[in-house]
This record gives sequence, C-alpha cells and structure tokens, in this order.
Amino acid sequence: MTSPHDKLAVTLAVNGRDYRIAVEPRRSLADALREDCGLTGTHLGCEHGYCGACTVLVDGVPVRACLMLAVQAHGRPIRTVEGLAGDGPLHPLQEAFRDEHGLQCGFCTPGFLMLAAGVLEREPDIGDEALREILSANLCRCTGYQNIVKAVRAAARRIKEAAGRG
Amino acid sequence: MADGPTRYIGMPHKRLEDRTLLTGGGRFAADLSAPGQLHMRVVRSPVAFGRLRSVDVREARRLPGVVAVWTFADVERIPPIQIRLTKIGGLEPYQQTVLARDYVRYVGDPVAAVFAEDPYVAEDAAELVFPEIEELPACISATEPPREFMPETLPGVSSEAACVTKAYGDLDAAFAAAHEVVELEVAVGRHTGVPLETRGALAEFDPAKGTLTMRGAAKVPHYNRGQVARMLDMPDEMVHLIQGHVGGGFGVRGELYPEDVLVCHAALRLKRPVKWVEDRQEHLMAANHSRDQSYRLRAAVDARGFILGLQAEVFSDQGGYVRTHGVTVPDLSAAMLPGPYLVPAYRADVHVRLTNKTPAGTYRAPGRYESTFARERLLDAIAHALGRDPVEVRRVNLIPRDRMPFDRGVDTLGTRVVYDSGDYALLLDKLLAYLDYDRLKQALAARRAAGEHVGFGLGYFVEKSGLGPADKAVISIDAEGMVEVVTGAASIGQGIETAMAQICAEVLEVPIERIRVVHGRTDRIDYGMGAFASRVTVMTGCAVKAAAEALLEKLAGAQVGTPASAEGWFRADHMTYPYGIHAAVVRVDPGTCAVHVERFVVAYDIGRAVNPMLVEGQIVGGAVQGIGGALFEEFVYDANGQPLVTTFGDYLMPTLAEVPPVEALVTEDAPATQNPLGVKGAGEAGINGAGAAIAAAVDDALGRPGAVTRLPVTPIRLHRLLGERD
Amino acid sequence: MKPAPFSYHAPSTLDAMLALLAEGGEDGKVIAGGQSLVPMMNFRLARPARLFDLNGVAELDFLRAEGGWLRIGALARHAAFHRPPCGGPTGALLAEVVRHIAHYPIRQRGTFAGSIAHADPASEWCLVAATLGAEIVARSRAGERRIGAGDFFLASLSTALRPDELIVEVRLPILDAGWRTGFCEFSRRVGDFGIAMTAVALRVESGVVREARIGVGGVEDHPARQPAAEQALVGQPVAARAFAAAADAVAGAVRPMEDLHADAAYRRHLARTTTRRALEQACAGSGS
Ligand SMILES: Cc1cc2nc3c(=O)[nH]c(=O)nc-3n(C[C@H](O)[C@H](O)[C@H](O)COP(=O)(O)OP(=O)(O)OC[C@H]3O[C@@H](n4cnc5c(N)ncnc54)[C@H](O)[C@@H]3O)c2cc1C
Ligand code: FES
Ligand code: FES
Repeated sequence: MTSPHDKLAVTLAVNGRDYRIAVEPRRSLADALREDCGLTGTHLGCEHGYCGACTVLVDGVPVRACLMLAVQAHGRPIRTVEGLAGDGPLHPLQEAFRDEHGLQCGFCTPGFLMLAAGVLEREPDIGDEALREILSANLCRCTGYQNIVKAVRAAARRIKEAAGRG
Repeated sequence: MADGPTRYIGMPHKRLEDRTLLTGGGRFAADLSAPGQLHMRVVRSPVAFGRLRSVDVREARRLPGVVAVWTFADVERIPPIQIRLTKIGGLEPYQQTVLARDYVRYVGDPVAAVFAEDPYVAEDAAELVFPEIEELPACISATEPPREFMPETLPGVSSEAACVTKAYGDLDAAFAAAHEVVELEVAVGRHTGVPLETRGALAEFDPAKGTLTMRGAAKVPHYNRGQVARMLDMPDEMVHLIQGHVGGGFGVRGELYPEDVLVCHAALRLKRPVKWVEDRQEHLMAANHSRDQSYRLRAAVDARGFILGLQAEVFSDQGGYVRTHGVTVPDLSAAMLPGPYLVPAYRADVHVRLTNKTPAGTYRAPGRYESTFARERLLDAIAHALGRDPVEVRRVNLIPRDRMPFDRGVDTLGTRVVYDSGDYALLLDKLLAYLDYDRLKQALAARRAAGEHVGFGLGYFVEKSGLGPADKAVISIDAEGMVEVVTGAASIGQGIETAMAQICAEVLEVPIERIRVVHGRTDRIDYGMGAFASRVTVMTGCAVKAAAEALLEKLAGAQVGTPASAEGWFRADHMTYPYGIHAAVVRVDPGTCAVHVERFVVAYDIGRAVNPMLVEGQIVGGAVQGIGGALFEEFVYDANGQPLVTTFGDYLMPTLAEVPPVEALVTEDAPATQNPLGVKGAGEAGINGAGAAIAAAVDDALGRPGAVTRLPVTPIRLHRLLGERD
Repeated sequence: MKPAPFSYHAPSTLDAMLALLAEGGEDGKVIAGGQSLVPMMNFRLARPARLFDLNGVAELDFLRAEGGWLRIGALARHAAFHRPPCGGPTGALLAEVVRHIAHYPIRQRGTFAGSIAHADPASEWCLVAATLGAEIVARSRAGERRIGAGDFFLASLSTALRPDELIVEVRLPILDAGWRTGFCEFSRRVGDFGIAMTAVALRVESGVVREARIGVGGVEDHPARQPAAEQALVGQPVAARAFAAAADAVAGAVRPMEDLHADAAYRRHLARTTTRRALEQACAGSGS
C-alpha cells in the first residue's frame, strides 16, 4: 500500500518530448507542467475550473489542466502553448491574436490559444455561433473578448486557406 | 536618421509585447523560481470581527517540510502599511499591520504565515494553525451608525475614519430659488478589478551584496521599494522591486499588501528565497475590493431642469482597514460627482466608514463609476420630474465649450480640478448622429408596443488622467543604432511598451523595431511614479518625448554611430480631463428577470490617440468590466460578515456570451492643453458610465423611470422590483 | 488551493475497482471525470484518503442503444452527447441538454454517471434521469442493484448509492416518435449551474397530450417530476393555456431552495417560466 506522500514515476509526453518526473498523486497536471516540466506558459487563474487559463490539449482535446491529476496524464500526448509554434514561425492563431490585438496582459492567452487550437483542429468548419459558444468557456478580464473572437475567426480562415493550397 | 519620415504617433501599431506572451514566454509572478525557495501560505481569519486571543501554531510547526510559522509576535517590529495616496490626518489607527495584532476585522485578515519547502505542504500546515478568536457582532453596512473600531485596544476610535467634504457656491440660495427639488438615494455594490492573474511575489536576499530583491511587483514599484525599505529598516538602495509580466492591474494589483512585506521580511530572516502565490479564493477576500458606496442626492433645479445646486451625502464602505489608497476613492467621488455639468453650487460630504468586510481601494475609474451612476440617475430623475427628455436635460446642463478651461471649484488628489478642454455638446451630437437617435427611439418604441421590454439609456462623464507631479525617461542609443528607453512607468498589460516606443520612434525617426522599452525596475532608474490613474501615456509619454528630443540635440552634428544617452522630464501640476458618453440598449426578459445588453456604445474624446488600436482595446475591455459591475459582479456578505462570494462560480465576471460587441466612437476634438502631445488617458474610458447607461436603459425597458437605484441589477433584484406575482 | 494528500489507485478492471471499493471504506472515493470532485478537493471540501481512478476501466466506456434503452456506461463523457447518441426524441433532448452543462473543455472529461453520482440539485443529467425515468445500475462485490431515478436522488449531493457501490451504467428509455421533448434552463451566465430548469416529454396524439413527464431541476434539493403539472396537462390540447396551467401547477408545488442568486419567490417564478418555455419548445413547429 502506497503512502500519499510517495512520489509516483510519471512520464508526460508534452509537445512531442517525454518528461520523466516523480510526483505526489495529488499534484495537478497544471502544476506538473509548470513546476516539474518548467513549462510555465500554462497559467493558473482559479484552480477550480472556471477561468480556462490552464487549458491544454490532452489526446488532442482541450481540457482544464487544473482539474486533472498529473498521474492521469501519464503517457498521453499533451500539447501546451509552448508547442504551438515550436521554434518556427508563429502558429496562425498566434499571428491572428497579434494582428487583431487579441491580448492585453496575455495571462488568459495561452488558454484561449489552446482552446481554439483544439477546436479548430477537430472542427475546421465550425460555425460562428458554435465558435462563440465554445470560446465562452474561458475568461479574459482585459480585452472584452471582441478581438479574441476576431482573431480566432481570422486564424480559422488562414488555416483553411493554407490547407486549400497545400 | 531614417530613410524617410515615418509616422508612428496615431498609428495602430502592432504590439511589441505580444510575441513573448503568445509563445508562453511570459514571466508572471508565479512563473518565477529561485533555488532553495520556500513557499509562504497565509492563514486567514475565518470570522469577520473578533478579538484575537491567541494563535496555536504548534502542530503546524511539527509538520515535516515546515520551516517556520509566524504570528504577530514575529513581525511586531514592522510598522503598519502606510497610506500612499490621499493621506489625511487621523487615519493612522485604521492602518493594517502585516499580521493581525489583537483584533481580526474581516474574513481573510492574515493571522499567521507558514513557510514550507513545498506549496502543497504549506497549505497542509496552514490547516493546522488554530487561531482562538472571540467573535464579535460584525458591521456590514456603512450606512449604519458608526461604532468603535477596536473597542478594547483603541477605545473611542470611531469606525467613521473621516468625512471628506468638497463645496463651492451658495447652496442655500440655489435651493431658495429652486423651481423644484429632486431627491434620490442610490447605491453601487461591492465589486473590484479581479485580474486573471492572482497576486504573487518572490523575494530574495543576497547576503554578499546585502540587497533584497522582490520580483512580481507592479504598478508603483518605486514607491513600494521605499516603503519596504522603511518597514524593514533598510536603506532604499538596498531594496529592489522588479516587475515581470503582469496579468492585469485595474487598480488592485501592485499596491503594497501585507503579503508583500511578509515575503520580503521572510527572505531576510529565513535567509532563503521566499515565494508566495495567492490562490483565487484568497484573492477574492484579501485583495482590495472597491465601489460599495451609497449616495443621497438633493438637487435644486429650475424649470428647464438646469441644476442650480447639488447637495450630496455619500457613505463609502472602506472595509476592515484603511489601506494604501487612503481616502482616494471618497475624494475622487466628491470631486468628480458634478461631472460635465455646470452645477453652480455644490457640496458633498463623503463619510468614510470602516466595516467588517475586505478592505477597499481603487478599481478602474475609482469614485467615477459610482459618482457617474449617481449623477446620471439624478439627471434622469430630473427629466422625469419635469416631464422632459433626458437628453435635453443633459444638454441644458453641459458646460459650454467657451467656458473652457473650466475651474471645477474643487481639488482632488492634491491638484486643482480644471477641465483643460472639451466640447461636451459636440460629442453628444456626434453620438446621437452615430446612433441615429430618433430612428433608434422609434424602433425601440415599436418593439415595446409589440410586447418586448427594450430600452435605451446613456451616461455622460468626465474622466481624469495624467496625474503628476513628474515622470522621467532615459533614452540611449548604441553604436549599432539600437535604442533603449528606460522609464519609471509600470506595465499592467496595457501595452505601454508599444506606445512609448511609438513616441520615441516618431521623435527620433528610427524604426520602431530598433527600440526596446524598459520599465518597472527600481534598479534601472531612480525615479518612477508607476502606472495608475491613467497617467502613463500622458506623463511617461511626454517624458519619453522630452528625452528623445534631448537625445536628438546631443546627436546633432555627431557622427552616425556615436553612442549617446539623454534624459527627459515631464512635469504637470494639473491633470487633463477627457470625457465620454456611454449608451446602452437592453432587453429585459420578465420571465427570467435577466437583462440582456443588446448594444453598447462608448463615445470618447481622447484629445489625441498615440495608438488607436490600443485605445479601442482599452475601451472595449473596460466596457465589459463596466457591464459586469452593472449586471453581474457583487461581493455579498451575510449578516455575520461571512463573504458569500469566494469563487469564480459566484463572482460572475462576464464571459463572451454575456456581452455585445462594444462599439467605440473615439474623437480627437479636444486635445489636452497641458502636455505637448495633446494626449489624454484612455484607461478608464470604457468603464466609467456603464452602470449609469445600463440603469437608465433598464428603466426605459420597464417603462418605469427611476426603478433602478442599485447596482448590480441582478435578476433577484429585478424580480423584487417587478413584484411579479407569487 | 491544492488538495490534501491521498493515495492513488488505478485499477484496470471492474472487479479490481469493486474490490477497492469493498475494502476502501468511508475514506475512499471514485474519480471519474474529476470535474466536480477535483474542485472540491482543491478547496479541501472533499478530502478522500484514497482515490480510485475509474478511467482505466475500459469495459465501462460505452454508449449504445439496446433493447429500447440508451445504455450509458460509467465512462461516457458529456461530450459524447454533443451529437444525438440515439435517434428520436431522447437523442434530440440529450443533445440539446448537454450544451447547458458547464463548458466544452469540462465536457471532455466530465461523465454522465459521475453527474448522477454527484447529484448536484442543478445537474442537467440528474434532471433528465428523473424526468425520463432512468435506471441506475449500481454494482458492488455483493451484486448488482437497479435503482429507479425516482428513488435514487435523496437530497443535495445525496443519493441511494452505498459507499461500496459503483454506478456502472445509467439506462435511459428511448422514447418513440410519438413523444416530443423540450428543455429550458436559466443560469446567470452561459455554462453556470442553472438556477431553474425544466425538462419535458409529452406524448401527443391528434393535438392532445396523452402522457406527460415534467421534471424540474435546480429549484428543490433534488430534481423531481411534477405530478400536479403533469396531471394538469394530460387530456388537454396542446395550447398556450394548458402550458400556462401546467407552469402554474409547478410554481404552486415546488418548495424552492434559497441561495445567493435566488430567493424562494424568484426561483418559483423561474420554475414557472422554464416550464412554460420547455413545453412551448417541445411543441414548437409541431403543427398539431
Ligand atoms: C466550471 C464548472 C462548471 C460546471 N457546470 C456544470 C453544470 O452546469 N451542470 C452540471 O451538471 N455540472 C456542471 N459541472 C460539473 C460537471 O458536469 C461534472 O463533470 C459532473 O458533475 C461530475 O462528473 P465527473 O465525471 O466529473 O465526476 P467526478 O468529479 O469524478 O466525481 C463526482 C462524484 O461522483 C462520484 N462518482 C463519479 N463517478 C462515479 C461512479 N461511476 N459511481 C459512483 N460514484 C461515482 C465521485 O466519487 C464523486 O463523489 C461543472 C463543473 C465545473 C468545473
Ligand atoms: S485555472 Fe484551471 S480553469 Fe482556472
Ligand atoms: S488579456 Fe488579460 S486576461 Fe485576457
């Protein structure tokens, strides 16, 4: 029988790289990404599921990293904002956020980017209303959302155009 | 220097800040770490008011991983946190110590601090700290008669800390001449900035150099450096406060709080770096709240609705202690209440009362969101009393352009209020034209006739910006032509790097890509006022302009590639006063008692915009916060002073689904006369009149003038108001 | 806001899970989607000493129509209902209702059965279960029980489930094409827990209501059917008058909770509104 303080060996496969870490069972995925993997782009704004600043992709779908345990993510593909562009040029979503002034303080931005990335990859043809409904999952205190919506729409167009050319 | 004249000022330049933030490279407070760091967890009072008899920390100290547990005895030599702004005599007894001494005065009042190797363990240990508190009846309303602040230890000290009075003109004569007297009682609920990033700090002591460094600073690093130094008995130059990225300020973040002092003190005493990250529940009960004012207004008006005299009694709920803002909010409330109207005679008395709620400070448009709501409700009430159109009543009262500059007759924040420029009637005309006002009214009337509950309302306001006294900037250029601008400003996410770079680029005529802006570092510049009161673009912007011009002068005739550096100052004795109007169209659903904002328009004269894209961003973001305060956000307490709103499930900040696209109508008709750029601030433009406009629109939708007397207009309140059968 | 310590167990079979529950006693807890449990643990309102992770028990990951029932395995996530999981009015109702549950990322993890076990008074799935007459299949080492929704929800966060029992499956009746369903909810913001909500299923023949199921959630301490309103409707033609009478019957019958966002009078008012609107929705465009 394990003690609650015994650390468990966990492998987090983040942005295509394996991080072998040892964590207490109670460590959240968000804390493990931030503290054990050094990926502080995933932010914590509430730790109870409401703000979405911690949104990452697990198995390609957006989830709240504050409501998942690190052990539960063992071995599963995870993507965070750090992996969106890699070392290359900005991802179309990132570009669009810059062009449309979709961020001010930038604290909510990684969460919105990952939410939008997850959705656009799964539903590239998503309609306006459905998109607005999904983006209402995350809070932003600075921008008033208008430019975030504009940016995601613009990115969706760019991604489709690129796909059409490719 | 450049290939051709390039314009930067006035252009919607993309932000220099963005790339880092978009790629996850931001360095927010919680992102910082230092080897060997300890984690602090604050133990907070579970009761609203009580005599603190003892704190049992034995069990907490025994928990493996715990390094220290402090109570007041460990920090008793640290003086209470001083008042930064609007300090008036007699406030000293109301200041907060970094840990509670002998009373606790709100749920969330720090009583102990735990330091542990791991944040999870720190939280485990905090649960094992047991304060013994003798609970006393809590006061949760500022309109109740004052009582004793701390009856046993400060006998005779009243919970009314101050009464701020501002007056001019002959009020008695005004009332004697009145055609009618209109009275009104209205209130604005308790809400606050709630940036998406909670507070946080990392303090480190370098024994070799003897310096203490705190990262995670914001807003006013220079001032806070001085305070930390004073409180911990260190020379100023041995303390550095450094700002990284900041996840929103809104008035709340960056003030000096007990926790900042605790981490600094702990880094010194425990000789290890100490990190603190606030959790959201703590934030909602420990960081400054705001608003929470009641207004009793009496206006003497003539037959046209012209206000001959206005008398106001205001109750400002200060919460448990007087914090760094002193009486800033009450002071601004009293000074800004007359707004854009002539009001020849005036008196306001603002009672600043301590209650057993979270201490209050400023939140974006402090004292204006509230006073604009009260004043504009009054204008609507006057229109109704006289059977006149609300827009026409406003027109009758607006200060005409030829009276500018207009001496308001009062002071605030230590400066005389003199509206420097403005054409209030023109902005109103432009807004009405933009709205196609008559058509809009007809359309709404038609919808009402068809059974819908839709309405229109507006709120006019004057803002203030560019608080002095001075700002400094230092600009250097190196041999490669790279330019560095160092300012004493602070970024709170509002895009100041870009705006400062634009000003510098315009003057120096260098491409903006070659400019780097540094701010929020007390180790790089010795003077800085920081970022508050929408002061940065005006004050820091003009200092940057001056420094750039000084640099140009130095470089005149010098060889290309000569490194050089110059400093520039900008001083201002007076603020500059932008102004605006908010207009809202709402629909009330009587079945649910919910209010839906269908349209929200902000008309605003900014004097001159450095970057219109940023200005619009400020306006839209502010408007959504304003809608939040008007309809959703409120800190509610039960009769014992227990906060009922301590999670994001109950503190209802609007999501995308609750807000309409905000329309910004920005004009540049009245450039500032107080500064060479002609700029006025934009930070508070979006939020100021939102409560006023929405309240008026709800009245209109219900066909019941004067129905809304309190913000936020929550469904439960609207249900009571409608007195639906049941 | 970090959870208290616990030990973690991730069985991969149902038997192993049931064994853990059997020995786990009072201080063990199942985690499914974690979207209710983890926030409560972060606030330290829940502090299980042992956490039993259901997510590895692949045999419970199913969602299929079978023999007139929609069988919802314990690992079926909210997101699985974004498209109707079965044909007819039941599928349409579920796909409509799911959009009101929290938000998209939360729906990727949260489970239908977890909602039922958690029994929040404002849970949409609990309301649907109560209204349609779900069967909750509970399993322990001692065997299997089938509990009707009417007997399952006892009070706020309280059910007939025993500590050693696991919900392995929830079964919803698949209504035939003669039924119409409707749903209406009011919440302060999109995605928030509702303050009041109504789900209805009506069997209508030649414009007359033959059978009615009306359930109200978020108003009392657990969702429940509203017999008075159902009776008021049966035998009535599908018309605004009948809907209003049923809505009034709901308002008259409920004993509403009070909290920050709604006092009893306002909740009652809302229940009337959501009931009327759910009925209107059910019959909208039906041309009957
Ligand atoms: C921000 C936010 C908003 C939300 N809004 C809503 C909303 O509007 N409506 C709504 O209904 N829900 C809402 N939720 C809750 C969400 O739907 C949860 O997913 C759901 O309540 C529980 O499902 P879960 O699988 O996540 O269960 P868990 O969180 O894993 O478990 C919840 C409880 O059920 C028990 N349990 C779980 N599965 C089983 C099982 N198979 N057998 C026995 N016991 C079990 C657990 O032990 C625990 O006690 C919200 C959550 C968040 C974070
Ligand atoms: S931090 Fe995860 S939702 Fe807010
Ligand atoms: S940009 Fe600041 S919270 Fe969204």
